[in-house]
Amino acid sequence: MEIVDILLAASFWEAAIRIATPLIFGVLGALVCERAGVLNLGIEGIFTAGAMAGWMAVWLGAGLWGGVLVAALAGGFFGLIHAILTVPLGLSQHVSGIGVTLLATSLSYFTYRTALPDVSSPPRITPFQPLDIPFLSDLPFIGQALFSQTAMTMLALVLVLVTGWVLYRTPLGLAIRAVGDNPSSVEAQGLSVYGLRIGAVVVGSSMMALGGAFLTMSAFDAFFFGMINGRGWVCIALTVFASWRPGKALIGALLFGAFDAFQVRLQTEVGAFLPSQVFLMMPYILSIIALIVVARKADYPKALLVPWFKGQR
Amino acid sequence: MIRFEPRSNPGPIFVYGVPVFAAIIAILLAAIPLALAGAPILKAYGLMITGAFGSIFSTSEMLTRATPLILTGLAAAIAFRAKLWNIGAEGQLYMGAMAAVVVGSGVIDGPSWVMIPAVMIAGAIAGALMLIGPTLLKTRLGVDEVVTTLLLNFIVLLFVQMMLEGPLKDPMSMGWPQSEPIIDSAILPPLLERMRVHLGLIIALVSAAALAVFVKRTVWGFEIRAVGENAAAAKFSGISVTKTMILVAALSGGLAGLAGVSEVAGTRGYLATDLSPGYGYAGIVVAMLARLSPVGVIISALFVASVFVGADSMSRAIGVSSYLADLIVAMSLLCVLIGGFLTRFKVRFDRKKTAG
Repeated sequence: MEIVDILLAASFWEAAIRIATPLIFGVLGALVCERAGVLNLGIEGIFTAGAMAGWMAVWLGAGLWGGVLVAALAGGFFGLIHAILTVPLGLSQHVSGIGVTLLATSLSYFTYRTALPDVSSPPRITPFQPLDIPFLSDLPFIGQALFSQTAMTMLALVLVLVTGWVLYRTPLGLAIRAVGDNPSSVEAQGLSVYGLRIGAVVVGSSMMALGGAFLTMSAFDAFFFGMINGRGWVCIALTVFASWRPGKALIGALLFGAFDAFQVRLQTEVGAFLPSQVFLMMPYILSIIALIVVARKADYPKALLVPWFKGQR
Repeated sequence: MIRFEPRSNPGPIFVYGVPVFAAIIAILLAAIPLALAGAPILKAYGLMITGAFGSIFSTSEMLTRATPLILTGLAAAIAFRAKLWNIGAEGQLYMGAMAAVVVGSGVIDGPSWVMIPAVMIAGAIAGALMLIGPTLLKTRLGVDEVVTTLLLNFIVLLFVQMMLEGPLKDPMSMGWPQSEPIIDSAILPPLLERMRVHLGLIIALVSAAALAVFVKRTVWGFEIRAVGENAAAAKFSGISVTKTMILVAALSGGLAGLAGVSEVAGTRGYLATDLSPGYGYAGIVVAMLARLSPVGVIISALFVASVFVGADSMSRAIGVSSYLADLIVAMSLLCVLIGGFLTRFKVRFDRKKTAG
């Protein structure tokens, strides 16, 4: 198969968008936190918690959208821990984030093992099904590539629009962006720096958790240990690549999804000549390359990582 | 409303008491998940204590587990001192272990006093190089080292897997992806007969002592501390921040590499992809519990190792998931962070709002 044939196949773009979906959630969540000035390295654990909590809620009979809600709440809970430690207490965002990742991961694993002590193969749920929208899903190419995804992918795309609109078209968005650049100016306006930052981290973490929930409730139908496999860290890299903009986050995630889908197809073509691990490494190597490419001109939110205390000038 | 006032001079009670207190709180908090899991709480705690200290054998197991944790804890402590956020100790550990296998599985042979230093040096260099790369990317191009070191963990593990299915595969392993065994002369000998605790523990303790002297008593150590406290001021006073960062990277990566050597040549005897159950990440907790003090790392590594070994043994006895250990370790990290805050600030409750 020629490379052009691969790139023109609807099934290829279907896979690319599917791979991109959890990353869209993750990058949006990370950029909301970072726009408010807080790096959230809890992301990897929050993905795990969202994946486990959402799946378990569905397994216990909460329904798929009930599962999505539970995942978002779980993400918000761990986001709140990170927010309290880093915003009013002003502790190291790096260390607190790693701590939240360790806590969320171990709590998820512990809960899963405790609820299901002796299962040999993970129990399955009925996940979100591909959409069948009248007319749209029957369109050539785009019908298969886009409109036959699951409802969660649509939710991710809607979230891109909502996040962009809130950040750039509303006073709240202006305040969130300002609090990540110059918190004292926000306080001078009579707004609460703590409130804005804590709120942004909690909401951003809920979005991250949806990325995890997508994995167990849409892409797969079960929870596995280690299934997040660095996706959260990839999102942190993509956030820099996307220069903290929702639109670019979508493009970055899609590019990443396309590369990943492409290497899987390439693997079936030339797999005999190269060990499979070379292909599996590609997402991580790509993330590092993406970081190096944008490093020089990366325009970090100016108050990112800088704690701010009330009454400080 | 609540106000935080800086504490001018936190006394020794705070400095030494807070980590201990944090660890105790984390262990007590573990009662909640234990209760939710329906386990007999007091019995579970009792089993954890006997699991880690109940016999010479269990203590030897605990010390075996503490050995890599001391080394990865030192790796995190020295890096964090300079604010080099090395979250890649896990990958550096595996590279160190792989280098030890390359050198120590029969390519060269010699007496132990040659072979043991050879595998140690090979592992330390491999680990150091793994961190010098991201550090150069940071100092030269401004690439955030947190994400690169994190992502490298995944790349390294896949690379190790690839080597174990390819050039490093043991032809006698019945198809398992594992390396050829380390030859006898390169094995770190056990310290006690019929016990697993091995020379690696001594290496780890000596490393901690050496690092403590290095940080406190040498010019380089002073420069590392200066860069960590205020990089701009350090630069202004004539310290080369880049050079200091690379020195820190070599030390930190080297120590993590040594942890890999110790595991592969001391505990396991061959390399497989399940060599480390996350020692690299746990090292961060060890370092934070120790407040980045090299000697403190020894004590906090012993604590974390006891939690792991104790919980494993408790888990086998009453069937509570051994992820409880990871939970306790994660909670102690968050507790010690909060404790660190309370060391630096007094919390005051005011009735009236302070005039801004």
